[in-house]
Amino acid sequence: MVGRKNIINNIDWITIILYVIMVFFGWVNIYAAVYNEEHQSILDFSQRYGKQLIWISASVVLIILIFLIDSKFYSFFSYPIYGVFLILLVAVLIFGKQIHGAKSWIELGPVKLQPSEFTKFATNMALAQFLSAYNISIKKFKNLVIALVIIFVPAFLILLQNDTGSALVYSVFVLVLYREGLSANLLFIALLVAILFVSSLLVNKLYIIVALITLAIIVYYFVTLRKKLFFKTIIILLVSIVIVIGLNYVLKLQLQNYYLLIIALIVAGALFSIYAYRYKLKNSFIVFLILIGSIAFTFSVDYFYNNILVDHQRRRINILLGLETDPLGIGYNVNQSKIAIGSGGFSGKGFLQGTQTKYNFVPEQSTDFIFCTVGEEWGFIGSFGVIVLFSLLLIRLILLAERQRSSYSRIYGYGVVGIIFFHFIINIGMTIGITPVIGIPLPFFSYGGSSLWSFTILLFIFLKLDASRFELLW
Amino acid sequence: MESYANRKYLIIVLVVLISLIYSIRLLSLQVLDLSYKLSADNNATRYVAQYPARGRIYDRRNRLLVYNEAAYDLLVIPNQMNAFDTTELCSIIDFTKEELLVQIQKARKYSYYKPSVIVKQLSAKVYAVLQEKIYKYQGFFVQTRTLRKYPLKTASHILGYLGEVDENIIKNSKYYKIGDYIGINGIEKSYEEELRGVRGVKIYLVDVHNRIKGSYKDGKYDKQAIAGNNLVLSIDEKLQEYGEKLMQNKIGSIVVIEPETGEILALISSPTYNPELLVGRVKSINYSKLVNDSLKPLFNRALMAQYPPGSTFKIVNGLIGLKEKIIKPSSRFRCSFGYRVGNFYQACHHDTAFNLISAIQNSCNAYFSMAFRNILDDKKMKNISESLENWRRDVISLGLGNKLNCDLPNEVNGFIPSAKFYDRRYGRGRWKSLMLVAMGIGQGELLTTPIQMANLAAIIANRGFYYTPHIVKKIEGKDLIDQRFLVKRYTLFDSSQYKVIIEGMDKAVNGGYGSTAVYAALPNIRICGKTGTAENPHGEDHSIFMAFAPKDNPKIAIAVYVENGGYGATWAAPITSLMIEKYLCDTISRKYYENRILEANLLDRGRKEKHN
Ligand SMILES: [Zn+2]
Repeated sequence: MVGRKNIINNIDWITIILYVIMVFFGWVNIYAAVYNEEHQSILDFSQRYGKQLIWISASVVLIILIFLIDSKFYSFFSYPIYGVFLILLVAVLIFGKQIHGAKSWIELGPVKLQPSEFTKFATNMALAQFLSAYNISIKKFKNLVIALVIIFVPAFLILLQNDTGSALVYSVFVLVLYREGLSANLLFIALLVAILFVSSLLVNKLYIIVALITLAIIVYYFVTLRKKLFFKTIIILLVSIVIVIGLNYVLKLQLQNYYLLIIALIVAGALFSIYAYRYKLKNSFIVFLILIGSIAFTFSVDYFYNNILVDHQRRRINILLGLETDPLGIGYNVNQSKIAIGSGGFSGKGFLQGTQTKYNFVPEQSTDFIFCTVGEEWGFIGSFGVIVLFSLLLIRLILLAERQRSSYSRIYGYGVVGIIFFHFIINIGMTIGITPVIGIPLPFFSYGGSSLWSFTILLFIFLKLDASRFELLW
Repeated sequence: MESYANRKYLIIVLVVLISLIYSIRLLSLQVLDLSYKLSADNNATRYVAQYPARGRIYDRRNRLLVYNEAAYDLLVIPNQMNAFDTTELCSIIDFTKEELLVQIQKARKYSYYKPSVIVKQLSAKVYAVLQEKIYKYQGFFVQTRTLRKYPLKTASHILGYLGEVDENIIKNSKYYKIGDYIGINGIEKSYEEELRGVRGVKIYLVDVHNRIKGSYKDGKYDKQAIAGNNLVLSIDEKLQEYGEKLMQNKIGSIVVIEPETGEILALISSPTYNPELLVGRVKSINYSKLVNDSLKPLFNRALMAQYPPGSTFKIVNGLIGLKEKIIKPSSRFRCSFGYRVGNFYQACHHDTAFNLISAIQNSCNAYFSMAFRNILDDKKMKNISESLENWRRDVISLGLGNKLNCDLPNEVNGFIPSAKFYDRRYGRGRWKSLMLVAMGIGQGELLTTPIQMANLAAIIANRGFYYTPHIVKKIEGKDLIDQRFLVKRYTLFDSSQYKVIIEGMDKAVNGGYGSTAVYAALPNIRICGKTGTAENPHGEDHSIFMAFAPKDNPKIAIAVYVENGGYGATWAAPITSLMIEKYLCDTISRKYYENRILEANLLDRGRKEKHN
């Protein structure tokens, strides 16, 4: 047995310090976001900052508990814990419908919990358990399917609760699969499909097609061995584009630009296929096929969206993409949030001096839009600081994951990285107008017991595994 | 086993890359782009909803019936409030201090950051005073809205009124929000989407002293409100007003239709009310007063009151008799002070034989009782069920027994009993024509509404067809009204059958002494009409008259109901005659006649009764 002292020595204090800074700074901003003259005591438990103090204290208890439990417990009980949370999700679905419409919450006395928050670490544990088993290779199709089932069953149940944002988080486990050997090509195709799906609903078709062609040309340049042929085919493409546009102009066909591009592409593609066949350019031909496939996919998304989806499904997608976020018009929330952050300037307005987040209607200013308060009151210094904190934490966690001897710990570690990374990208991205408005919290910052606890548990189980890394060798 | 440890580099690169992109974005947002912080600490934006002007409403001669007047709501954002002089604010908005504090408390309870209404619909005068001083009241601001105004104060039942949307509407609609108004009745309701327009939003920059500094980003994110469409009604306001005057101190209704188009020229339900009672801050008090009034002024009798049609229905049975060849125009029935079969006796007051035309002229009960029984006992039919169903089909083709589906809400069906109805009541095969004979003269189970009877008059005027009655003639900005008002609807009868009936209706008015409706006659206009008396178990009978004029090339079809007015000839016929004269000649030649109607007060006869 290894002594207690050893464990304390082995704890990664860097991560813990980062954690403490983030939770503390988060609380300061929650206080600022809901601050008003009538409730000034930080111990006023009718206010959100007072309540958050309770959640933080409870987190300390949770952390101590996590460190007291034997590290083998986690891998040993991965599946049962996963099972329990799946049952809880189902229970919420049935239960939640009976209580006034709230579908994702469970009430335990004075505390309201969101089981979907906790399913994240449970899923992470189950996935780590499955992938770390002896002789499991993700390259085998059967194993890949099982891993995907482990990931998407909870995601699907959460989707049924109408909490699309939380369900999307599960897609990040693909990153874990990638680290464990998932084919990069598969990952690339999955990413391409996701990006194409979203962008074809948001962006003009012409831009997508131009971007795809550009991308294909770049890839083609790198995969082709005969650079001469490369330039030839590019010339063929350019010439056919010019001809098609010329014909359109002369014959007054008035076709839309992206149709012209596609026609040119098909003409050029036909010639190119002959080349590809004659010179055995297998790689280049695959690039071309993927390009054609992507364009076809872009158009089928339109058809799928308009003709196959029913109204409420369309609505769901619209909300997810931020096309239908609020009654005052597209972009209201994002616009408000950008004003708040932008008005902070370089050094911010100062603690409690923010007007945007208080006077105005930045929605959910203490939960999903907490970053607005950071940006407004602490300026670029503060918001950049938060970004630095997150990237330090993520990189530290990656390094920790890599130093694990047991694959269970490593896989679990990457799960932690993925989940925090995803929340970081989406949450901050939406407040600065880069990603769609998907309501998920900023880890360790946003107000809410469920969110704080679930991230604390997620992180500290990994720190416990890491501290015991010399005991865990399988 | 292969190791993929190198893949960590790609993941680290991804983390760094995204952090870098976000940092650059933040740098541009917070440091480089100055538009987000015109001045570092004193700009806030305020979203002010822009309420579009609701469409105005005109009559067929472009007389303005409804327009909008600005009104002002005072709102507060509790979080922005500072100490202020409550006494002064109270005196401006005519509140007691307690009332104001209650409102502020309510607003706080709703939200510290979102605006709540303190007082609604302040007048322009109050607004002017308030606007000067509002800078003193931090957190308060004024939002402009519009109120309906009625320059002529007529046609309340047609126009309807507005009300605040309730939770149900908000839940089921994407458009409406708390505090919005929606048409509750009349054309305000049925043409809500045309009239309301589309709400917009304006974004202002506001400094910490609650002063508007200008529009945010030059209005780039503003959304213009789109005004509602104006409506032109088919009603003739002069005629409408005259009808309301004639019906004052009486209960009942008048519906006037232009036969060749189906346009409603006037639609009166009496007693009526001043439409301005249901606007603005006085609405809730007035509304409960009107609801509790025993005469039910909010009830639109023209569309919603169902009465037995009485003798006016004799012309329907006459038409069916002709069509089914039960009666010929020349065949005669004898009336000997009524119709007697065994123990059954239906009283009448003639002692002579009538053909169809003179039977209509004299409204003979015996003739139509016999005719109706013969229709039911028609040898051509298998049994009485089949002949009743056949009769019913004919009646329904005349627009009776079902909603006409006009463009006003709350129409009712009326009732034309079916064979099934009597099967249920008496048992299958256990009912006979004699048991139903009251329907021959329009009594019994039959129920029709005033608008249906006016439409029947239009059908006869047209000799066999009608357009669905409607009240909106034109929607501004649109070429056409609803397609359903442009379809010519035919009945199951020939024009030759109508001609006989019209002769009878002509004689009823212009046949001289002994004709039932001589009071309706006009010297220079040939009116064709038919009286009716709806039996009323609760009190004196209802007086009914339906007519059209002139006989050739009819321009007007009308039905008049006077509750507790006794015989059709007593009140309904003269009112009809005055309405027709007013519409066709614009002047009233018989002032004494008019005065008798205007001075009559029949309310006391109805006061004790209940109407539904
Ligand atoms: Zn008689």
